[in-house]
Amino acid sequence: MSVPHTLVTGHSTADDRTEQVVGTVLRLGVLIAAAVTLVGGVLYLIQSGSTHPDYHSFRGQLSPLRSLADVARGVAAGNAEAIVQAGVVLLIATPIARVALTLVAFAMRKDRLYALISALVLALLAYGLLGG
Amino acid sequence: MPVTDITILLFLGALAAGLLGALTGLGGGAIIVPLLTILFHVDIRYAVGTSLVSVIATSSGAAAAYVKEGYSNIRVGMLLEIATTIGAITGAFIAGLVSPTAVAIIFGIVLLHTAWTSTRPRVDHISGGPSDPIALRLRLDSTFPTANGPQHYQVQRVPLGFGLMYIAGVLSGLLGIGSGVVKVLAMDRAMHLPFKVSTTTSNFMIGVTAAASAGIYLHRGYIVPGLAFPVMLGVLTGALVGARMLPHLHTQKLRVVFSVLVGALAVELLLNAFTGKI
Repeated sequence: MSVPHTLVTGHSTADDRTEQVVGTVLRLGVLIAAAVTLVGGVLYLIQSGSTHPDYHSFRGQLSPLRSLADVARGVAAGNAEAIVQAGVVLLIATPIARVALTLVAFAMRKDRLYALISALVLALLAYGLLGG
Repeated sequence: MPVTDITILLFLGALAAGLLGALTGLGGGAIIVPLLTILFHVDIRYAVGTSLVSVIATSSGAAAAYVKEGYSNIRVGMLLEIATTIGAITGAFIAGLVSPTAVAIIFGIVLLHTAWTSTRPRVDHISGGPSDPIALRLRLDSTFPTANGPQHYQVQRVPLGFGLMYIAGVLSGLLGIGSGVVKVLAMDRAMHLPFKVSTTTSNFMIGVTAAASAGIYLHRGYIVPGLAFPVMLGVLTGALVGARMLPHLHTQKLRVVFSVLVGALAVELLLNAFTGKI
């Protein structure tokens, strides 16, 4: 089977285009995540600025914001800490979106091997975020 | 300390970490965990969760700035992300099994290593030898832009690079850091990628690696909004400002500053761990 020269040596213009789209997504994702975190954080400061949280002893299992559903419910109720956590979830989702987009780009170019590799990475990321 | 004071101090600390990280190219993650545990007496599990969030922020921000230049190798990155994400998930599980003191000791050792390697100059290991047959089959060889036009490079020792990347992933998932030092070791030394290619590709991969374990940390309650908010915004601001200052600075002296700082933090962290404070 013959393959175009650019595919053999790697850097094709298609690779560059993919990377530019991906770059835009990364920038947008980080900006949106930061904006959401800022809104939630300012609300949190207004509501709880004078409280004294204890981060010295670990009570992770008691945290009310440990799943995507918890976060969504909290945001719907206007909870400031949930809005910050939603910003964090958006930030985690940004590199995952990058992998998903790269998968689409490889699939569109009928590059089965790299579409498969991207799908595997995406599945591992989904496991971390949803299963874990 | 009330929330407002913690927020302001953490924001400033994270800003400095992000700035230094961007200027030295070594990432701020290595500073966030010792900063939180030593100065703010935060439990190391919260510190690791918070640091991981800052690592994703820096990586995505920096990657967005670098991609245009055509240095990063998207195939090498994606292939090695299989190793780093499996490693990160492994690391997050190990973190749930070992004591916080053990995590602090491993962290201290990794920091000492980072301090030691970060002052040494980096040289290209591009070899003229034939590519690894696996690299040919996976079409990993590529070119990168130079002053004299695109230069071709051949990728070596793919299995060794893959294995080292797994270790980088484990450290990232266990300690909440980007593991840039190990990633670069795998790509520079093992696979003989030109260092501009390995730096930008590694930057790209760090966010994906951290995202794999961040979800697990979220479910365990390691990520708390009160810490994530100032640290994430501080590191991002620092990284963005640092990227603008970069062209006007000599970074060699800064790398020495970074190295001394990281070394001191490592010693302090190890002392805290051995005296039972962590």
